[in-house]
Amino acid sequence: MEITGAELFVKALKEEAVTTLFAYPGGQAIDLFNALYGEKDIDVILPRHEQGLIHAADGYARSTGRVGVCLVTSGPGATNLVTGIATANYDSVPLVCFTGQVPTNLIGNDAFQEVDIVGITRSVCKYAVTVRKREVLAEIIKKAFYIARTGKAGVVVVDLPKDIQQAYGDDFYPKEISVRGYKPSTSVHMGQLIKALDILCHAKRPVFLIGGGVNIAHANKEMTQLAEQANVPVITTIMGKGAIPTTHRLYVGNIGIHGSYTANWAISNCDVLFSIGTRFNDRITGKIEEFAAGAKIIHIDIDAASISRNIVVDVPIVADAKEAICSLLEKAEPLSISEWVNEINHWKKEYPTDMGRSGLTPQMVVQAINEIFTDAVIATDVGQNQLWTTQFLELDENRQMLTSGGLGTMGYGFPAAIGARLGNPDKDVIVITGDGGMQMNIQEMATAVVYELPIIICILNNGYLGNVRQWQEMFYDRRYSSTCMRYRKSCQIGCNTPDRNCPQYTPDFISLSESYGAKGIRVTNPADIKDALLSAKQNRIGPTVIEFIIDREINVMPIVPPGNSLNDMILESEGYGE
Amino acid sequence: MKKRWICLFVENEIGVLARIAGLFSAKSYNLDSLTVGITEDNTISRMTISLTSDDKTFEQIKKQINRSVEVIKLVDYTDRPIHMKEILFVRVNGCSDSDITELFRISNVFDVPIIDYDSTTVLLECIQTENWNNDLISLLSRKFSNRIEIVRGGSVAVDAVSISER
Repeated sequence: MEITGAELFVKALKEEAVTTLFAYPGGQAIDLFNALYGEKDIDVILPRHEQGLIHAADGYARSTGRVGVCLVTSGPGATNLVTGIATANYDSVPLVCFTGQVPTNLIGNDAFQEVDIVGITRSVCKYAVTVRKREVLAEIIKKAFYIARTGKAGVVVVDLPKDIQQAYGDDFYPKEISVRGYKPSTSVHMGQLIKALDILCHAKRPVFLIGGGVNIAHANKEMTQLAEQANVPVITTIMGKGAIPTTHRLYVGNIGIHGSYTANWAISNCDVLFSIGTRFNDRITGKIEEFAAGAKIIHIDIDAASISRNIVVDVPIVADAKEAICSLLEKAEPLSISEWVNEINHWKKEYPTDMGRSGLTPQMVVQAINEIFTDAVIATDVGQNQLWTTQFLELDENRQMLTSGGLGTMGYGFPAAIGARLGNPDKDVIVITGDGGMQMNIQEMATAVVYELPIIICILNNGYLGNVRQWQEMFYDRRYSSTCMRYRKSCQIGCNTPDRNCPQYTPDFISLSESYGAKGIRVTNPADIKDALLSAKQNRIGPTVIEFIIDREINVMPIVPPGNSLNDMILESEGYGE
Repeated sequence: MKKRWICLFVENEIGVLARIAGLFSAKSYNLDSLTVGITEDNTISRMTISLTSDDKTFEQIKKQINRSVEVIKLVDYTDRPIHMKEILFVRVNGCSDSDITELFRISNVFDVPIIDYDSTTVLLECIQTENWNNDLISLLSRKFSNRIEIVRGGSVAVDAVSISER
């Protein structure tokens, strides 16, 4: 049967079992929207901005394990996706983004709303292609889904010119596809694995270092089992947090420049570092020459290009995390390393990550969330709110965290939560964000209201772009350049002394929420934290914003100063840099 | 730092050249030359790339290239027996009679044909290895400085059949 390209597009989405589509219409996508009109099997979600749209698709994909699908128009619709494409691709989130395009005979003519989106996104996506013939449309869509979700997952951009959408052709959609230049690794090299286990079983002070790869592969249960079977302590990166339950006896903490003291200490003092699914990003290694200096390093990663790039490893293994962990489970023997485990536990007790201060602290907010929400997805924004969350949030099989770890995109958290809630209607969905990041995609409040999504948005408001302000305080002589969100034209130039007389914050998040039709609660007293969260939990018909007014100059501690090794953590910021 | 050669088989599609070239610029890899042409299978193009890098960067470059969906196969030609040639045109302007005589002598010794000339201009065609071409250019630059125009095509390479060293 002959059908249009747009009709084939809808058929393809159904064949790929897409039930939720994040879409914003426009002139060059109108035929696709026409084909979707009245479609019962696909929920078409209309966010308020394409950036919010793609972060929502990202949150949907991360929280469900399915491919997130975006549909936008050409030109500005497409360019508004770029930050979200880079965000998702950096964190290996499977997305397929369809962009409308001007008709093929106009491409290159500087037509209205024409951009070369394939060229623009080339360096920030896994694969991008313009469909130039109706005959290859089905094959390209099939290929897009296959490439997005297999191997190291990522973003695929499919650019659809208007004449291709309108052209009639075959209605065939392939069941399978093979791409000759793309063969994701599906097996594990047993020889290397045995070598790795041999090194591990002779270790006196071993640790597992687990990155986001384990969460992406949904190998949390297997990883927990492996840690128990081998009796080896587990340290995670921010993206790997939750790989084993954070309350597990073998869990040490996060590594990195804002990691836990004990985790960084253990990495610096281990003799075998068994890493899975991390690329040894500069945020976790500190000074590279001194990173795990005395350790033999085993590195399992699905991406050959991530191995031996930042640090030289002794045993490289290219494999999917789940495959590798399952193979390890067949052979791993328990280690007798009680002395090492005791030492780690000693440091954990001696130097717990604790804000240790009075007043309303982010730690109290996160701990209240830990208590109240046992079955939840928690999305963070980027900055101090994200770091505090990664320090204090407890994760297990029923609690998942979504965060932009690689690109660090402010404005990610709230729309990601919208996607997460759409994909997980039975779970509580909470956003922990800052006053800066919240304003970067605040227009999505309308989306949450109209789709009746009971998301709880916790804004930690310190009136500053806090993470940058913290660096300015500690490493730039308190020169608070462009970080004060309460600044007004009437303020003194170069002010770095916030006090009671500072101008009022704008916007008023409570009345703003109310004007959107959402609920708003302001909390200034620690005693009110739980009540506010419980009251938000009761609101099942729409979003609740809770604005927590926190101290203006509160810092994320401990910290490894730039250029230092993980060993040189500063535990208290008081007096530093003065 | 060492001179390297790689041969790539890629999809003959719009944008693949940009993807490969873009990878080098995005990651700050140094690229000396890149040639591309269609193969006996018209869905596949073949690239010959020369670059200079240390061992660690070169490993990373190969992995990054292999990661591209459009790349079907990568062959490292660095230490393999191959035949490699680069086309070079040199046009020498403002020649006197004795210059032209000298150029005919160079043509003989260096085994590079003169394919066109008139009373003041000589055109040499040199299909040789990159090093050979470099030597010829440096000789001509010395003798005819500011009067030469150089057109280089970048190298192409193919596996050797019977030789063990190129």
